[in-house]
Amino acid sequence: MSDSSAWSPSPRELERRLLRRRLRLRSTLIAATALVVVFVGLAVLVVTSPGWDRVREAFFNGHHARASLPEIRDAFWLNVKMFMIAEPLILVLALSLAIARSARSPWLVPLRVAAVGYTDVIRGIPTILLILLLGFGMPGLRLQGVPNSPFFWATTALVISYSAYVAEVFRSGIESIHPSQLASAEALGLGRAQTMRFVVVPQAVRRVVPPLLNDFVSLQKDTALASTLGVFEAVFVARDYTNYNFNYTPYVVVALFFVALTIPLARFTDWLGRRYAERERAGAR
Amino acid sequence: MSRPAGAAPADLAPSETSLLEVSDLRKSYGERVVLADVDLVVRPHDVVCLIGSSGSGKSTLLRCLNLLEDIDDGVIRFDGREISDPRVDRRAVRSRMGMVFQAYNLFPHLTVLENCTLAPRRVHGLSRAEAEARARALLEQFGLSDQAGKHPDRLSGGQQQRAALVRALCTSPTLLLLDEITAALDPELVGEVLTIVRDLAEQGTTMILATHEMSFAREVATSVCFLHEGRILEQGPPDQILTAPREARTRQFLRRVLPG
Repeated sequence: MSDSSAWSPSPRELERRLLRRRLRLRSTLIAATALVVVFVGLAVLVVTSPGWDRVREAFFNGHHARASLPEIRDAFWLNVKMFMIAEPLILVLALSLAIARSARSPWLVPLRVAAVGYTDVIRGIPTILLILLLGFGMPGLRLQGVPNSPFFWATTALVISYSAYVAEVFRSGIESIHPSQLASAEALGLGRAQTMRFVVVPQAVRRVVPPLLNDFVSLQKDTALASTLGVFEAVFVARDYTNYNFNYTPYVVVALFFVALTIPLARFTDWLGRRYAERERAGAR
Repeated sequence: MSRPAGAAPADLAPSETSLLEVSDLRKSYGERVVLADVDLVVRPHDVVCLIGSSGSGKSTLLRCLNLLEDIDDGVIRFDGREISDPRVDRRAVRSRMGMVFQAYNLFPHLTVLENCTLAPRRVHGLSRAEAEARARALLEQFGLSDQAGKHPDRLSGGQQQRAALVRALCTSPTLLLLDEITAALDPELVGEVLTIVRDLAEQGTTMILATHEMSFAREVATSVCFLHEGRILEQGPPDQILTAPREARTRQFLRRVLPG
Protein backbone atom coordinates (compact mmCIF):
# COMPACT_ATOMS: atom_id res chain seq x y z
CA MET A 1 0.00 0.00 0.00
CA SER A 2 0.85 3.65 -0.20
CA ASP A 3 3.29 4.28 2.62
CA SER A 4 4.84 0.94 3.46
CA SER A 5 8.23 2.49 2.72
CA ALA A 6 7.52 5.66 4.69
CA TRP A 7 6.69 3.77 7.87
CA SER A 8 9.37 3.18 10.43
CA PRO A 9 8.78 1.35 13.70
CA SER A 10 8.00 3.54 16.71
CA PRO A 11 10.31 3.44 19.76
CA ARG A 12 7.63 1.43 21.55
CA GLU A 13 7.58 -1.16 18.77
CA LEU A 14 11.37 -1.42 18.78
CA GLU A 15 11.27 -1.91 22.52
CA ARG A 16 8.59 -4.56 22.04
CA ARG A 17 10.66 -6.37 19.42
CA LEU A 18 13.60 -6.43 21.82
CA LEU A 19 11.30 -7.81 24.49
CA ARG A 20 9.92 -10.47 22.15
CA ARG A 21 13.44 -11.48 21.24
CA ARG A 22 14.35 -11.71 24.91
CA LEU A 23 11.28 -13.80 25.66
CA ARG A 24 12.14 -16.11 22.77
CA LEU A 25 15.71 -16.41 23.99
CA ARG A 26 14.42 -17.25 27.45
CA SER A 27 12.19 -20.04 26.12
CA THR A 28 15.08 -21.41 24.09
CA LEU A 29 17.28 -21.45 27.17
CA ILE A 30 14.61 -23.15 29.25
CA ALA A 31 14.07 -25.72 26.51
CA ALA A 32 17.79 -26.43 26.16
CA THR A 33 18.29 -26.77 29.90
CA ALA A 34 15.29 -29.05 30.29
CA LEU A 35 16.50 -31.17 27.39
CA VAL A 36 19.99 -31.58 28.81
CA VAL A 37 18.81 -32.26 32.35
CA VAL A 38 16.30 -34.91 31.31
CA PHE A 39 18.48 -36.79 28.85
CA VAL A 40 21.75 -36.54 30.73
CA GLY A 41 19.83 -37.66 33.82
CA LEU A 42 18.46 -40.70 32.00
CA ALA A 43 21.88 -41.55 30.59
CA VAL A 44 23.48 -41.31 34.02
CA LEU A 45 20.74 -43.52 35.46
CA VAL A 46 21.43 -46.22 32.86
CA VAL A 47 25.21 -46.02 33.03
CA THR A 48 25.35 -46.16 36.84
CA SER A 49 23.01 -49.16 37.09
CA PRO A 50 24.72 -52.19 38.65
CA GLY A 51 24.50 -54.42 35.58
CA TRP A 52 25.56 -51.79 33.06
CA ASP A 53 28.99 -53.30 32.36
CA ARG A 54 27.55 -56.65 31.37
CA VAL A 55 24.78 -55.08 29.31
CA ARG A 56 27.25 -52.88 27.51
CA GLU A 57 29.38 -55.88 26.70
CA ALA A 58 26.40 -57.90 25.40
CA PHE A 59 24.46 -55.16 23.53
CA PHE A 60 26.83 -52.31 22.71
CA ASN A 61 29.99 -54.07 21.70
CA GLY A 62 31.93 -52.14 19.08
CA HIS A 63 33.72 -55.15 17.69
CA HIS A 64 30.55 -57.16 17.15
CA ALA A 65 28.75 -54.13 15.74
CA ARG A 66 31.44 -53.71 13.12
CA ALA A 67 31.64 -57.41 12.41
CA SER A 68 27.88 -57.86 11.87
CA LEU A 69 27.31 -54.59 10.04
CA PRO A 70 28.03 -55.62 6.41
CA GLU A 71 25.79 -58.69 6.55
CA ILE A 72 22.98 -56.82 8.27
CA ARG A 73 23.24 -53.95 5.82
CA ASP A 74 22.91 -56.31 2.87
CA ALA A 75 20.04 -58.16 4.48
CA PHE A 76 18.30 -54.93 5.41
CA TRP A 77 18.09 -54.14 1.73
CA LEU A 78 15.63 -57.04 1.53
CA ASN A 79 13.44 -55.37 4.18
CA VAL A 80 13.54 -52.15 2.22
CA LYS A 81 12.64 -53.98 -0.98
CA MET A 82 9.73 -55.75 0.71
CA PHE A 83 8.48 -52.45 2.06
CA MET A 84 8.87 -50.63 -1.24
CA ILE A 85 6.96 -53.32 -3.12
CA ALA A 86 4.22 -53.71 -0.51
CA GLU A 87 3.60 -50.04 0.14
CA PRO A 88 2.14 -48.90 -3.22
CA LEU A 89 0.13 -52.10 -3.51
CA ILE A 90 -1.33 -51.53 -0.04
CA LEU A 91 -2.25 -47.94 -0.88
CA VAL A 92 -4.05 -48.93 -4.05
CA LEU A 93 -5.80 -51.95 -2.56
CA ALA A 94 -6.81 -50.12 0.63
CA LEU A 95 -8.20 -47.10 -1.19
CA SER A 96 -10.17 -49.38 -3.50
CA LEU A 97 -11.57 -51.22 -0.48
CA ALA A 98 -12.53 -47.96 1.22
CA ILE A 99 -14.23 -46.63 -1.90
CA ALA A 100 -15.99 -49.95 -2.43
CA ARG A 101 -17.36 -49.69 1.09
CA SER A 102 -18.76 -46.24 0.48
CA ALA A 103 -20.37 -47.16 -2.86
CA ARG A 104 -24.13 -46.57 -2.86
CA SER A 105 -25.21 -48.16 -6.13
CA PRO A 106 -27.38 -51.29 -5.65
CA TRP A 107 -25.31 -53.07 -8.30
CA LEU A 108 -22.24 -52.69 -6.17
CA VAL A 109 -23.69 -54.26 -3.03
CA PRO A 110 -21.75 -57.54 -3.55
CA LEU A 111 -18.58 -55.50 -3.72
CA ARG A 112 -19.49 -53.70 -0.54
CA VAL A 113 -20.21 -56.92 1.28
CA ALA A 114 -16.93 -58.39 0.08
CA ALA A 115 -15.04 -55.29 1.23
CA VAL A 116 -16.66 -55.36 4.67
CA GLY A 117 -15.96 -59.07 5.04
CA TYR A 118 -12.36 -58.65 3.94
CA THR A 119 -11.55 -55.90 6.40
CA ASP A 120 -13.33 -57.65 9.26
CA VAL A 121 -11.73 -61.05 8.76
CA ILE A 122 -8.23 -59.96 7.80
CA ARG A 123 -7.92 -57.50 10.63
CA GLY A 124 -8.83 -60.28 13.02
CA ILE A 125 -5.92 -62.48 11.96
CA PRO A 126 -2.52 -61.75 13.53
CA THR A 127 -0.10 -60.73 10.77
CA ILE A 128 2.40 -63.37 11.80
CA LEU A 129 -0.23 -66.11 11.35
CA LEU A 130 -1.15 -64.79 7.93
CA ILE A 131 2.52 -64.92 6.94
CA LEU A 132 2.88 -68.47 8.20
CA LEU A 133 -0.35 -69.62 6.57
CA LEU A 134 0.49 -68.14 3.19
CA GLY A 135 4.20 -68.94 3.36
CA PHE A 136 3.72 -72.61 4.14
CA GLY A 137 0.26 -73.19 2.67
CA MET A 138 0.35 -71.57 -0.75
CA PRO A 139 3.45 -73.35 -2.08
CA GLY A 140 1.68 -76.56 -1.05
CA LEU A 141 -1.02 -75.85 -3.64
CA ARG A 142 1.63 -76.19 -6.36
CA LEU A 143 0.05 -73.38 -8.37
CA GLN A 144 1.49 -72.90 -11.83
CA GLY A 145 3.03 -69.54 -12.68
CA VAL A 146 3.11 -68.28 -9.11
CA PRO A 147 6.46 -67.91 -7.37
CA ASN A 148 6.93 -70.14 -4.35
CA SER A 149 9.64 -68.11 -2.65
CA PRO A 150 9.09 -67.20 1.00
CA PHE A 151 9.91 -63.60 0.10
CA PHE A 152 6.97 -63.47 -2.32
CA TRP A 153 4.47 -64.95 0.13
CA ALA A 154 5.67 -62.88 3.07
CA THR A 155 5.23 -59.72 1.00
CA THR A 156 1.81 -60.86 -0.16
CA ALA A 157 0.74 -61.56 3.41
CA LEU A 158 1.87 -58.08 4.47
CA VAL A 159 -0.06 -56.52 1.60
CA ILE A 160 -3.22 -58.42 2.51
CA SER A 161 -2.97 -57.68 6.21
CA TYR A 162 -2.05 -54.01 5.97
CA SER A 163 -4.49 -53.15 3.21
CA ALA A 164 -7.30 -54.11 5.60
CA TYR A 165 -6.00 -51.69 8.24
CA VAL A 166 -5.21 -48.90 5.82
CA ALA A 167 -8.64 -49.29 4.20
CA GLU A 168 -10.20 -48.37 7.54
CA VAL A 169 -7.95 -45.34 7.80
CA PHE A 170 -9.06 -44.21 4.35
CA ARG A 171 -12.69 -44.89 5.20
CA SER A 172 -12.55 -42.75 8.33
CA GLY A 173 -11.00 -40.01 6.21
CA ILE A 174 -13.75 -40.28 3.61
CA GLU A 175 -16.46 -40.23 6.25
CA SER A 176 -14.94 -37.19 7.96
CA ILE A 177 -15.57 -35.01 4.90
CA HIS A 178 -18.51 -32.78 5.71
CA PRO A 179 -21.78 -33.60 3.90
CA SER A 180 -21.89 -30.02 2.62
CA GLN A 181 -18.95 -30.90 0.37
CA LEU A 182 -20.95 -33.75 -1.15
CA ALA A 183 -23.93 -31.47 -1.56
CA SER A 184 -21.97 -28.77 -3.36
CA ALA A 185 -20.28 -31.31 -5.64
CA GLU A 186 -23.64 -32.88 -6.49
CA ALA A 187 -25.14 -29.45 -7.00
CA LEU A 188 -22.49 -28.82 -9.64
CA GLY A 189 -23.76 -31.89 -11.44
CA LEU A 190 -20.90 -34.21 -10.57
CA GLY A 191 -21.78 -37.89 -10.40
CA ARG A 192 -21.19 -39.99 -7.33
CA ALA A 193 -17.93 -41.41 -8.70
CA GLN A 194 -16.74 -38.00 -9.85
CA THR A 195 -17.58 -36.53 -6.45
CA MET A 196 -15.44 -39.17 -4.81
CA ARG A 197 -12.62 -38.80 -7.32
CA PHE A 198 -12.36 -35.01 -7.45
CA VAL A 199 -13.77 -33.75 -4.15
CA VAL A 200 -13.94 -36.31 -1.37
CA VAL A 201 -10.90 -38.52 -1.82
CA PRO A 202 -8.36 -35.68 -2.30
CA GLN A 203 -9.50 -34.06 0.93
CA ALA A 204 -9.76 -37.39 2.76
CA VAL A 205 -6.26 -38.48 1.78
CA ARG A 206 -4.74 -35.25 3.04
CA ARG A 207 -6.55 -35.60 6.31
CA VAL A 208 -5.35 -39.17 6.93
CA VAL A 209 -1.70 -38.72 6.05
CA PRO A 210 -0.52 -38.85 9.69
CA PRO A 211 -2.34 -42.10 10.55
CA LEU A 212 -1.19 -43.55 7.21
CA LEU A 213 2.38 -42.84 8.14
CA ASN A 214 1.73 -44.58 11.42
CA ASP A 215 0.73 -47.72 9.55
CA PHE A 216 3.71 -47.46 7.19
CA VAL A 217 6.17 -47.26 10.03
CA SER A 218 4.47 -50.28 11.48
CA LEU A 219 4.75 -52.04 8.11
CA GLN A 220 8.45 -51.25 7.84
CA LYS A 221 8.99 -52.99 11.14
CA ASP A 222 6.71 -55.91 10.35
CA THR A 223 8.87 -56.82 7.37
CA ALA A 224 10.94 -58.46 10.12
CA LEU A 225 8.16 -61.05 10.49
CA ALA A 226 9.34 -62.54 7.20
CA SER A 227 12.16 -64.07 9.25
CA THR A 228 9.61 -66.65 10.45
CA LEU A 229 9.59 -68.06 6.91
CA GLY A 230 13.38 -68.15 6.84
CA VAL A 231 13.73 -65.10 4.61
CA PHE A 232 17.24 -63.78 5.03
CA GLU A 233 16.24 -60.29 6.05
CA ALA A 234 17.98 -58.15 8.66
CA VAL A 235 16.48 -59.59 11.84
CA PHE A 236 17.07 -63.14 10.66
CA VAL A 237 20.70 -62.38 9.90
CA ALA A 238 21.15 -60.64 13.24
CA ARG A 239 19.69 -63.61 15.09
CA ASP A 240 21.95 -65.89 13.13
CA TYR A 241 24.99 -63.86 14.14
CA THR A 242 23.84 -63.75 17.76
CA ASN A 243 23.43 -67.51 17.91
CA TYR A 244 26.98 -68.04 16.72
CA ASN A 245 28.73 -65.37 18.75
CA PHE A 246 26.68 -65.11 21.96
CA ASN A 247 26.44 -61.35 21.66
CA TYR A 248 23.29 -59.27 21.16
CA THR A 249 24.89 -56.19 19.59
CA PRO A 250 23.52 -57.03 16.10
CA TYR A 251 19.97 -56.55 17.43
CA VAL A 252 20.86 -52.98 18.36
CA VAL A 253 22.43 -52.51 14.94
CA VAL A 254 19.22 -53.70 13.22
CA ALA A 255 17.15 -51.43 15.45
CA LEU A 256 19.27 -48.48 14.37
CA PHE A 257 18.72 -49.39 10.73
CA PHE A 258 14.94 -49.42 11.22
CA VAL A 259 15.03 -46.11 13.07
CA ALA A 260 17.17 -44.56 10.35
CA LEU A 261 14.54 -45.62 7.84
CA THR A 262 11.49 -44.30 9.71
CA ILE A 263 12.72 -40.90 10.90
CA PRO A 264 13.15 -39.34 7.44
CA LEU A 265 9.70 -40.63 6.50
CA ALA A 266 8.17 -39.02 9.59
CA ARG A 267 9.88 -35.69 8.88
CA PHE A 268 8.77 -35.80 5.27
CA THR A 269 5.14 -36.41 6.23
CA ASP A 270 5.18 -33.59 8.76
CA TRP A 271 6.58 -31.27 6.13
CA LEU A 272 3.93 -32.36 3.65
CA GLY A 273 1.14 -31.78 6.16
CA ARG A 274 2.45 -28.34 7.05
CA ARG A 275 2.65 -27.38 3.40
CA TYR A 276 -0.97 -28.36 2.80
CA ALA A 277 -2.07 -26.52 5.89
CA GLU A 278 -0.26 -23.35 4.91
CA ARG A 279 -1.68 -23.41 1.42
CA GLU A 280 -5.27 -24.21 2.28
CA ARG A 281 -5.89 -22.49 5.58
CA ALA A 282 -3.82 -19.37 5.18
CA GLY A 283 -4.84 -17.07 8.00
CA ALA A 284 -8.02 -18.94 8.85
CA ARG A 285 -8.43 -19.35 12.57
CA MET B 1 1.86 12.11 6.84
CA SER B 2 -1.19 13.86 8.15
CA ARG B 3 -3.46 12.20 10.62
CA PRO B 4 -7.03 11.93 9.41
CA ALA B 5 -9.11 14.54 11.15
CA GLY B 6 -11.73 13.16 13.46
CA ALA B 7 -9.35 10.55 14.88
CA ALA B 8 -8.33 11.36 18.41
CA PRO B 9 -4.64 12.24 18.55
CA ALA B 10 -2.83 9.67 20.65
CA ASP B 11 -1.13 12.18 22.93
CA LEU B 12 -4.44 13.71 23.96
CA ALA B 13 -6.37 10.46 24.24
CA PRO B 14 -5.24 8.88 27.52
CA SER B 15 -7.85 9.47 30.11
CA GLU B 16 -9.10 7.78 33.21
CA THR B 17 -12.51 7.14 31.75
CA SER B 18 -11.62 5.20 28.62
CA LEU B 19 -11.94 1.43 28.62
CA LEU B 20 -9.96 0.79 25.47
CA GLU B 21 -7.42 2.99 23.76
CA VAL B 22 -5.77 2.15 20.50
CA SER B 23 -3.06 4.39 19.17
CA ASP B 24 -1.10 4.17 15.94
CA LEU B 25 -1.97 0.52 15.48
CA ARG B 26 -0.31 -1.15 12.53
CA LYS B 27 -0.70 -4.66 11.26
CA SER B 28 0.79 -6.20 8.16
CA TYR B 29 1.02 -9.66 6.66
CA GLY B 30 4.44 -9.62 5.06
CA GLU B 31 4.41 -6.77 2.57
CA ARG B 32 0.66 -6.27 2.74
CA VAL B 33 -0.32 -3.59 5.25
CA VAL B 34 -3.82 -4.33 6.52
CA LEU B 35 -4.05 -1.73 9.30
CA ALA B 36 -2.17 1.53 9.63
CA ASP B 37 -2.31 4.49 12.01
CA VAL B 38 -5.48 3.28 13.69
CA ASP B 39 -6.52 5.37 16.67
CA LEU B 40 -9.59 4.50 18.64
CA VAL B 41 -10.93 5.37 22.06
CA VAL B 42 -13.77 3.41 23.62
CA ARG B 43 -15.35 4.57 26.87
CA PRO B 44 -17.54 2.40 29.08
CA HIS B 45 -21.04 1.95 27.62
CA ASP B 46 -19.88 3.03 24.17
CA VAL B 47 -21.13 1.17 21.14
CA VAL B 48 -18.58 1.63 18.38
CA CYS B 49 -19.55 0.51 14.89
CA LEU B 50 -16.83 -0.25 12.37
CA ILE B 51 -18.05 0.15 8.82
CA GLY B 52 -16.28 -0.16 5.49
CA SER B 53 -16.10 -2.52 2.54
CA SER B 54 -14.79 -6.07 2.80
CA GLY B 55 -11.04 -6.14 3.19
CA SER B 56 -10.94 -2.70 4.78
CA GLY B 57 -9.54 -4.20 7.98
CA LYS B 58 -12.59 -4.32 10.27
CA SER B 59 -12.20 -7.97 11.23
CA THR B 60 -8.45 -7.72 11.57
CA LEU B 61 -8.85 -4.78 13.93
CA LEU B 62 -11.20 -6.77 16.16
CA ARG B 63 -8.83 -9.75 16.11
CA CYS B 64 -5.93 -7.49 17.08
CA LEU B 65 -7.92 -6.12 20.01
CA ASN B 66 -8.60 -9.64 21.25
CA LEU B 67 -4.89 -10.48 20.81
CA LEU B 68 -5.69 -13.14 18.26
CA GLU B 69 -3.18 -11.37 16.01
CA ASP B 70 0.18 -9.88 16.96
CA ILE B 71 0.38 -6.22 15.99
CA ASP B 72 3.33 -4.68 14.19
CA ASP B 73 3.26 -1.29 15.83
CA GLY B 74 1.21 0.91 18.09
CA VAL B 75 -0.27 0.45 21.52
CA ILE B 76 -3.50 -1.09 22.75
CA ARG B 77 -4.54 -0.21 26.29
CA PHE B 78 -7.41 -2.02 27.96
CA ASP B 79 -8.68 -0.79 31.30
CA GLY B 80 -5.53 1.26 31.81
CA ARG B 81 -3.09 -1.57 31.05
CA GLU B 82 -1.11 -1.99 27.89
CA ILE B 83 -2.20 -5.34 26.47
CA SER B 84 0.02 -5.10 23.41
CA ASP B 85 2.99 -5.85 25.65
CA PRO B 86 4.44 -9.29 24.84
CA ARG B 87 4.56 -10.16 28.54
CA VAL B 88 0.86 -9.67 29.07
CA ASP B 89 -1.20 -12.74 29.97
CA ARG B 90 -3.37 -13.12 26.89
CA ARG B 91 -5.78 -15.47 28.58
CA ALA B 92 -6.41 -13.01 31.38
CA VAL B 93 -7.14 -10.28 28.84
CA ARG B 94 -9.42 -12.47 26.77
CA SER B 95 -11.29 -13.69 29.81
CA ARG B 96 -12.54 -10.11 30.15
CA MET B 97 -13.48 -9.70 26.50
CA GLY B 98 -16.18 -11.54 24.63
CA MET B 99 -15.96 -12.19 20.93
CA VAL B 100 -18.60 -13.39 18.48
CA PHE B 101 -17.61 -14.47 14.99
CA GLN B 102 -19.34 -14.18 11.67
CA ALA B 103 -19.49 -17.96 11.26
CA TYR B 104 -20.75 -18.55 14.86
CA ASN B 105 -17.83 -20.92 15.64
CA LEU B 106 -19.88 -22.89 18.14
CA PHE B 107 -18.30 -26.17 19.20
CA PRO B 108 -20.26 -28.83 17.30
CA HIS B 109 -19.49 -31.63 19.75
CA LEU B 110 -21.05 -29.82 22.71
CA THR B 111 -24.68 -28.95 23.36
CA VAL B 112 -25.70 -25.31 23.41
CA LEU B 113 -25.67 -25.34 27.19
CA GLU B 114 -22.24 -26.96 27.28
CA ASN B 115 -20.96 -24.39 24.78
CA CYS B 116 -22.16 -21.68 27.13
CA THR B 117 -20.76 -23.18 30.33
CA LEU B 118 -17.35 -24.24 29.02
CA ALA B 119 -15.49 -20.99 29.67
CA PRO B 120 -17.30 -20.06 32.89
CA ARG B 121 -16.44 -23.46 34.35
CA ARG B 122 -12.95 -24.01 32.96
CA VAL B 123 -11.62 -20.45 32.85
CA HIS B 124 -13.60 -18.56 35.45
CA GLY B 125 -13.85 -21.38 37.94
CA LEU B 126 -17.61 -21.37 38.38
CA SER B 127 -19.25 -24.52 39.62
CA ARG B 128 -21.33 -26.47 37.16
CA ALA B 129 -24.53 -25.43 38.89
CA GLU B 130 -23.65 -21.72 38.91
CA ALA B 131 -22.52 -21.76 35.29
CA GLU B 132 -25.62 -23.60 34.16
CA ALA B 133 -27.93 -21.33 36.10
CA ARG B 134 -26.41 -18.26 34.48
CA ALA B 135 -26.36 -19.83 31.02
CA ARG B 136 -29.98 -20.94 31.32
CA ALA B 137 -31.04 -17.48 32.46
CA LEU B 138 -29.37 -15.89 29.43
CA LEU B 139 -30.68 -18.53 27.05
CA GLU B 140 -34.14 -17.92 28.44
CA GLN B 141 -33.73 -14.18 27.97
CA PHE B 142 -32.71 -14.69 24.35
CA GLY B 143 -35.50 -17.14 23.60
CA LEU B 144 -33.31 -20.21 23.43
CA SER B 145 -34.37 -22.11 26.54
CA ASP B 146 -35.81 -24.91 24.40
CA GLN B 147 -32.53 -25.35 22.56
CA ALA B 148 -30.22 -25.73 25.57
CA GLY B 149 -29.86 -29.49 25.25
CA LYS B 150 -29.43 -29.58 21.47
CA HIS B 151 -26.24 -29.62 19.49
CA PRO B 152 -25.52 -26.43 17.50
CA ASP B 153 -25.98 -28.00 14.06
CA ARG B 154 -29.63 -28.70 14.92
CA LEU B 155 -30.30 -24.96 15.25
CA SER B 156 -31.13 -22.39 12.61
CA GLY B 157 -28.50 -19.81 11.72
CA GLY B 158 -30.19 -17.11 13.76
CA GLN B 159 -30.47 -19.42 16.76
CA GLN B 160 -26.84 -20.43 16.42
CA GLN B 161 -25.69 -16.84 16.34
CA ARG B 162 -27.84 -16.01 19.36
CA ALA B 163 -26.32 -19.01 21.13
CA ALA B 164 -22.86 -17.71 20.23
CA LEU B 165 -23.80 -14.36 21.73
CA VAL B 166 -24.98 -16.06 24.90
CA ARG B 167 -21.73 -18.02 25.01
CA ALA B 168 -19.79 -14.76 24.87
CA LEU B 169 -22.02 -13.12 27.48
CA CYS B 170 -21.85 -15.99 29.97
CA THR B 171 -18.43 -14.84 31.13
CA SER B 172 -19.77 -11.30 31.83
CA PRO B 173 -17.21 -9.63 29.58
CA THR B 174 -16.22 -6.01 30.12
CA LEU B 175 -16.00 -5.50 26.37
CA LEU B 176 -17.85 -7.33 23.64
CA LEU B 177 -16.37 -7.66 20.14
CA LEU B 178 -18.83 -8.58 17.41
CA ASP B 179 -17.41 -9.45 14.01
CA GLU B 180 -20.11 -9.06 11.34
CA ILE B 181 -22.35 -11.32 13.31
CA THR B 182 -25.29 -10.97 10.95
CA ALA B 183 -23.35 -11.33 7.70
CA ALA B 184 -24.02 -15.06 7.38
CA LEU B 185 -27.73 -14.82 8.23
CA ASP B 186 -30.90 -14.67 6.16
CA PRO B 187 -32.40 -11.18 6.14
CA GLU B 188 -35.37 -12.41 8.18
CA LEU B 189 -33.05 -13.86 10.83
CA VAL B 190 -30.91 -10.74 11.05
CA GLY B 191 -33.60 -8.97 13.07
CA GLU B 192 -33.70 -11.48 15.92
CA VAL B 193 -29.95 -11.18 16.43
CA LEU B 194 -29.87 -7.40 16.16
CA THR B 195 -32.70 -7.10 18.68
CA ILE B 196 -30.45 -8.77 21.21
CA VAL B 197 -27.54 -6.51 20.41
CA ARG B 198 -29.85 -3.53 20.75
CA ASP B 199 -30.97 -4.77 24.18
CA LEU B 200 -27.36 -5.22 25.20
CA ALA B 201 -26.58 -1.68 24.09
CA GLU B 202 -29.48 -0.37 26.12
CA GLN B 203 -28.23 -2.26 29.16
CA GLY B 204 -24.95 -0.38 28.78
CA THR B 205 -22.75 -3.16 27.41
CA THR B 206 -19.58 -1.77 25.88
CA MET B 207 -19.28 -3.09 22.36
CA ILE B 208 -17.19 -2.77 19.25
CA LEU B 209 -18.93 -4.23 16.25
CA ALA B 210 -18.04 -4.60 12.62
CA THR B 211 -21.25 -4.39 10.66
CA HIS B 212 -22.85 -3.90 7.29
CA GLU B 213 -26.21 -2.92 8.82
CA MET B 214 -26.15 0.85 8.42
CA SER B 215 -29.58 1.55 9.82
CA PHE B 216 -28.71 -0.54 12.85
CA ALA B 217 -25.45 1.36 13.27
CA ARG B 218 -27.32 4.64 13.12
CA GLU B 219 -29.70 3.44 15.78
CA VAL B 220 -27.38 1.95 18.41
CA ALA B 221 -23.91 3.35 17.79
CA THR B 222 -22.43 6.06 19.95
CA SER B 223 -19.75 6.46 17.33
CA VAL B 224 -19.12 5.13 13.84
CA CYS B 225 -15.71 4.55 12.29
CA PHE B 226 -15.31 4.29 8.56
CA LEU B 227 -12.37 2.12 7.58
CA HIS B 228 -10.79 2.30 4.17
CA GLU B 229 -7.69 0.34 3.15
CA GLY B 230 -6.73 -0.30 6.74
CA ARG B 231 -7.14 3.23 8.02
CA ILE B 232 -9.88 4.90 10.00
CA LEU B 233 -10.69 7.57 7.48
CA GLU B 234 -13.34 9.24 9.54
CA GLN B 235 -15.07 8.71 12.87
CA GLY B 236 -17.78 10.49 14.77
CA PRO B 237 -21.38 10.24 15.91
CA PRO B 238 -23.55 8.16 13.58
CA ASP B 239 -25.70 11.08 12.46
CA GLN B 240 -22.67 12.92 11.21
CA ILE B 241 -20.88 10.01 9.55
CA LEU B 242 -23.92 8.40 8.00
CA THR B 243 -25.73 11.53 6.83
CA ALA B 244 -23.10 14.19 6.35
CA PRO B 245 -19.74 12.48 5.88
CA ARG B 246 -16.76 14.69 5.33
CA GLU B 247 -14.68 12.30 3.22
CA ALA B 248 -15.48 11.57 -0.41
CA ARG B 249 -14.69 7.88 0.07
CA THR B 250 -17.19 7.60 2.90
CA ARG B 251 -19.87 9.17 0.72
CA GLN B 252 -18.97 6.77 -2.07
CA PHE B 253 -19.23 3.78 0.29
CA LEU B 254 -22.52 4.92 1.76
CA ARG B 255 -24.03 5.46 -1.68
CA ARG B 256 -23.29 1.83 -2.45
CA VAL B 257 -24.67 0.33 0.77
CA LEU B 258 -27.55 2.62 1.65
CA PRO B 259 -30.79 1.95 -0.18
CA GLY B 260 -32.24 4.85 -2.15
